Amino acid sequence: MKKLVALLLTLALCLTAAVSLAETPANVKLGVILLHDEDSTYDLNFINGVKEAQANLGLSDDQVIIKRNIPESNECYEAALDLADEGCNIIFADSFGHESFMLQAAKEVPEVEFAHATGTMAHTEKLANFHNAFASIYEGRYLAGVAAGLKLNEIKEAGNLKGEFPLMGYVGAFTYAEVVSGYTSFYLGAKSVCPDVQMKVQFTGSWYDEKEEKAAAEALIAANVDLISQHADSMGAPTACENANIPNISYNGSTVESCPNTFIVASRINWAPYFEYLVTKKAAGETIDTDWVGTIATGSVVLTDVNLQAAAAGTVEKLEEVKAELEAGTRKVYDTAAEGFITVGGEALTSYMADVDTDDAFTPDTEVVSDGYFHESEYRSAPYFDVQIDGIELLNKMF
Amino acid sequence: MASVKRHAEAREPLMHLSKRASISPVRSWIIRICAVLLGFLLCGLIAFLLIEKLQQNPGRIGDFYYAFIKGAFGTSRKFWKFLRSTAVLLCIALALTPAFRMRFWNTGGEGQTLVGVLGAIAVDFYLGGKIPEGLLLVLMLLAALCCGAVWGVIPALFKAKWNTNETLFTLMMNYVATYLVAYFLVVWVPSGSSSLSKLQHGKLPTLGNDYLLIILIVLALTIGLHIYLNYTKHGYEISVVGESIRTAQYVGIKVGKVVIRTMILSGMLCGLAGYLIAAGMDQTITTESAGGQGFTAIMVSWLGKFNPLAMILTSALIQVLNQGAAQISQDFDVSGAMPSVIVGIILFFIIGSEFFINYQIHFRGHSAKAGKGALK
Repeated sequence: MKKLVALLLTLALCLTAAVSLAETPANVKLGVILLHDEDSTYDLNFINGVKEAQANLGLSDDQVIIKRNIPESNECYEAALDLADEGCNIIFADSFGHESFMLQAAKEVPEVEFAHATGTMAHTEKLANFHNAFASIYEGRYLAGVAAGLKLNEIKEAGNLKGEFPLMGYVGAFTYAEVVSGYTSFYLGAKSVCPDVQMKVQFTGSWYDEKEEKAAAEALIAANVDLISQHADSMGAPTACENANIPNISYNGSTVESCPNTFIVASRINWAPYFEYLVTKKAAGETIDTDWVGTIATGSVVLTDVNLQAAAAGTVEKLEEVKAELEAGTRKVYDTAAEGFITVGGEALTSYMADVDTDDAFTPDTEVVSDGYFHESEYRSAPYFDVQIDGIELLNKMF
Repeated sequence: MASVKRHAEAREPLMHLSKRASISPVRSWIIRICAVLLGFLLCGLIAFLLIEKLQQNPGRIGDFYYAFIKGAFGTSRKFWKFLRSTAVLLCIALALTPAFRMRFWNTGGEGQTLVGVLGAIAVDFYLGGKIPEGLLLVLMLLAALCCGAVWGVIPALFKAKWNTNETLFTLMMNYVATYLVAYFLVVWVPSGSSSLSKLQHGKLPTLGNDYLLIILIVLALTIGLHIYLNYTKHGYEISVVGESIRTAQYVGIKVGKVVIRTMILSGMLCGLAGYLIAAGMDQTITTESAGGQGFTAIMVSWLGKFNPLAMILTSALIQVLNQGAAQISQDFDVSGAMPSVIVGIILFFIIGSEFFINYQIHFRGHSAKAGKGALK
């Protein structure tokens, strides 16, 4: 009997050991190249993603290397090869401008997997070890837009609108597909619950410029907007909103601590699922997708907690409802079939050729409107929705 | 009795300074080495306060110091990168040196280098693939040199004509250069990302590896500039203008002409550094292409006492610190600000040591003895 127990215990021990071995990929080393460091909310979001994935998979500190402050130059190529020298077999870079240098490194060490966030070249370069990734953040922004629309309805019912119709302001970085796709989905989310809403967009020409972003938000406030959201990485716009007591929908993370009276909700991309995906695929020796799009379902597109102090009543419940519809596919963000929802110059959008296969001249090459909606991020991971739709006015352009 | 003595002590300060008449090279190097060691010691202490992983495991302090060696010499790739980075930084420092020697404080190395990159990349962008590669590289070089020269000569013309302050003028030109690059990125990248992909043409040929050619070019430049500054009429004129403008005028040197000529040279060499960055490394441009090296180069030149050969050492030192500090950020997973703190502390000690080489401290009590030599 004793022997049997001992045998069983040993067996159990072996099994747990085997299971934990399978759970902790030992043959993988992840190298991460970041444009900036923790000071930038954009890069901080990637650092948090790496740490979360590391904890979830039980990777040791020796299995993860982070290189910070790597510029979009030859330095990125050098950093990537240096990581390969240190034994990394997955190398990831987080900034758009890193891409051509990652590609150059990928060609030199074919046995190492290269993954690049926000890039556009993987599906045309057709390199077995080079991959792009993004998330359907437009779904997150759409949800955040729903929260904005509900707030506008509340302001309208209380008779506190600044003008005759609900007006939103948006601070964008560049007049670039990623931003256009973002502010349009935000606008459509608001429009889905507040049909007469309009929006003004002010660009800053920089991904991170606290002073400019604050100035842009203040200009929008002076133009009598009722609510502001932004797609840029500093605290400029949220701060301007808190100072002027204008409701704010944030990005990259919650700003509730600095803006307790005006912060409603924020959308962000959670990169942890992608890092986990990369590591487990590599550990199992399976192929990694050329273009990977994280969604609400993969846990890549998330909303922060709603700030009940600033949000309209019933926001949390409504967001749950819309989120479930998006996840189930019964609701499309860029719904071109719904009457008067998306119009361009008063006409319904029935066809659009987007520049999916990036070339030097940026020629449109792919039909992306079919089955009653605009197929964003389906033909490649990076956004390509760059249509200027009715109801949104651009105050300036920063190409 | 006691009160009289206290009175006498009160009149003499605890310590005072005097300029050293001379110092032996051995002694000055002892002071320098001590300063660097003290700097490293302080870095270790600060690392303990700021780096979590070091607090958890104090035994890794060895790794902390080893990172300075590992960062620049750990692998052959790191070593080659160290040599090439040293060369590029040295190239900008060399460019600034002729101006510094005539006491023209060119703080515009950053902008002059950046417009050099811009000139080269503009030629590459418009002509790449349309003309033979060799011709393209030559045109890129000429464009880089011209752009750098123009950026350098504008402040010099203003200085020569209206005696404007060159420090501020050259500094402001850096910002103009940055925004000029931002403008062209908007024009060249119609998708709106303002991020120009690596160009397919206009790459300097490799010499064995990607690194060697740039290193050799800068080495030749160092020797050339050493000769120019020390053994030619131009070099002599620069020195005279630097020593005293009135003397220069008295012996018939046209000061304005020397200032303009030297700044054209200074700007051109910055343009050359820009060319090495553009054609030798990046083949693209961002507003950060010069990466602050134009400012670091001022320190390289200054610490090397405007001597091109000594500047090889100072620029190597700064690159060892940079690569070592980046290695620390990587090995200990700390914020990118940490390397800057470390490099800053050590440079502070090095610059501080120059003070103790030039000046002597006299403490009360020893002053009677030391005072004899130092005073009057």
